[in-house]
Amino acid sequence: MHTQTIAELAAGLRAGDFSSEELTRTLLDRIGRLDPQLNAFITVTAEPALEQARAADRRRAAGESGALTGVPIAHKDIFCTLGVRTSCGSRILDNFIAPYDATVVEKCQAAGLVMLGKTNMDEFAMGSSTETSYYGPTRNPWDLNAVPGGSSGGSAAAVAARLVPGATGTDTGGSIRQPASLCGVTGLKPTYGRVSRWGMIAYASSLDQGGAFGRTAEDVALLLQVMAGFDPRDSTSADQPVPDYSATLNDPLAGLKIGLPREYFGEGLDAQVAEVIEESLAEYRRLGAELVEISLPNAGLAIPSYYVIAPAECSSNLARFDGVRYGYRCENPQDLLDLYTRSRGEGFGAEVKRRIMIGTYALSAGYYDAYYLKAQQIRRLIGQDFRAALAQVDVIMGPTSPTVAFDLGEKVDDPVTMYLSDIYTIAVNLAGLPGMSIPVGFVDGRPVGLQSIGNYFAEAKLLNVAQRYQQVTDWHRRLPPVG
Amino acid sequence: MSLGSAEVAKIAHLARLAIGAADIASYARNLSSILELVAQMNAVDTTGVEPLAHPLEMAQRLRPDEVSESDRRERFQAIAPSVEAGLYLVPQVIE
Repeated sequence: MHTQTIAELAAGLRAGDFSSEELTRTLLDRIGRLDPQLNAFITVTAEPALEQARAADRRRAAGESGALTGVPIAHKDIFCTLGVRTSCGSRILDNFIAPYDATVVEKCQAAGLVMLGKTNMDEFAMGSSTETSYYGPTRNPWDLNAVPGGSSGGSAAAVAARLVPGATGTDTGGSIRQPASLCGVTGLKPTYGRVSRWGMIAYASSLDQGGAFGRTAEDVALLLQVMAGFDPRDSTSADQPVPDYSATLNDPLAGLKIGLPREYFGEGLDAQVAEVIEESLAEYRRLGAELVEISLPNAGLAIPSYYVIAPAECSSNLARFDGVRYGYRCENPQDLLDLYTRSRGEGFGAEVKRRIMIGTYALSAGYYDAYYLKAQQIRRLIGQDFRAALAQVDVIMGPTSPTVAFDLGEKVDDPVTMYLSDIYTIAVNLAGLPGMSIPVGFVDGRPVGLQSIGNYFAEAKLLNVAQRYQQVTDWHRRLPPVG
Repeated sequence: MSLGSAEVAKIAHLARLAIGAADIASYARNLSSILELVAQMNAVDTTGVEPLAHPLEMAQRLRPDEVSESDRRERFQAIAPSVEAGLYLVPQVIE
């Protein structure tokens, strides 16, 4: 059962081949056996999951089931889950039992999806390797010495190892696409505002976007269908109709124009990764697509401007963690200032503190124009580059990450080197566009991901483009050694 | 752009973060290398470019000023470190 996709599991449940309770027990058993090696989960919610599964089976028996009723998934531990610890990978929220459900969680529940647990992540989604988690790093199912990418590394690893058929994630600078690439699974970051941020713990509010992992584009389409939509509780939620993402999945690609930004194929890209990407592009040519070279002239400025904008927003968002209303409080505070500074100093890890301090510095008196304003101006230039490119082509393609998964510990002490791992993904968040990563091959046994970037609200196009490739290749079906 | 220990201590104070004296030097080193990366922004002239705050340039939505949430103080305070009579407790501020 565990090797089946969401679409196959949904069909099996519909046909009565197995019950949701049987399926849930099978996957919980796999998590119990395999997760000690991977550490993909922070919390496994076995009992509530079995209750949800039995409820799904009852709904089905009563003829009230929907398309995905009874299918198990996992949520990144950044989404608030009523009555269940929501840690965001941080000591400061280690004791935080969320008093409400995120909109995404609510929607998944309403669709009858069964939550198996909460997945590991870089602390407050700040990282590209899942090594900054208070709960220890997640390991890559393809090679236990390698990182799974991050920040949604637990979700990506869990899907790759067949512990769950699908999972939610969030992407502020690449946190869905990069781990999808490094773990060999399919991941989609929708257009900014497509999925509600309500109840999704904020890191950088103008960049954060929820999305999904699956093994196939078809599965990601099914999950996005559940997650997407306008939410009056999120003031930046997009009031746009949600199309039927499955309806256009099999559209032919003849005449599709794919833009290849020359900036994504130059210096810094691993030569073997480049070869695998070229091979996947040749496959698209065989599917009838036309490949044209394009340019994103300000691509090189994406990382520098992101590391002003994201820390600035995080320094403001994370001011709410103060040791007063919820979360960690230090022992024996001497006075109010001591309570704030020690609760935060002891509760946050090093990378979170670095980003809060960079943001605080960039926003402090006298530095605003040189940093924040300048970064926002560059953000416009980057957005304009994409608009110009997408006026000429239907989708933009390139590598998701410049290398395959790196070793645990390799970059964790050198923040700037770690940041460069997101060199091809970050600009997409600055522009607010949808982006996707699909597995297209391996280098030394570690997966390579192909990124596609589409126009605003063109998720259906990205899913279609991914699906057609997966119909003629089998990279997405390969099983990792742990799994 | 390079930050010294005194500047790091000042930023940590502004951010309300207790940083151990032994760690200040490594923060100064890491923050300086991040600011060096950020300084690459200066390679491009942005004179006259309008800053972009929202990726879709949508206007902030407004709603009628009506009560939409019920009182859930007890549930919210159940997870607080220290409460009494509906109030959050902190060390004494006013003598």
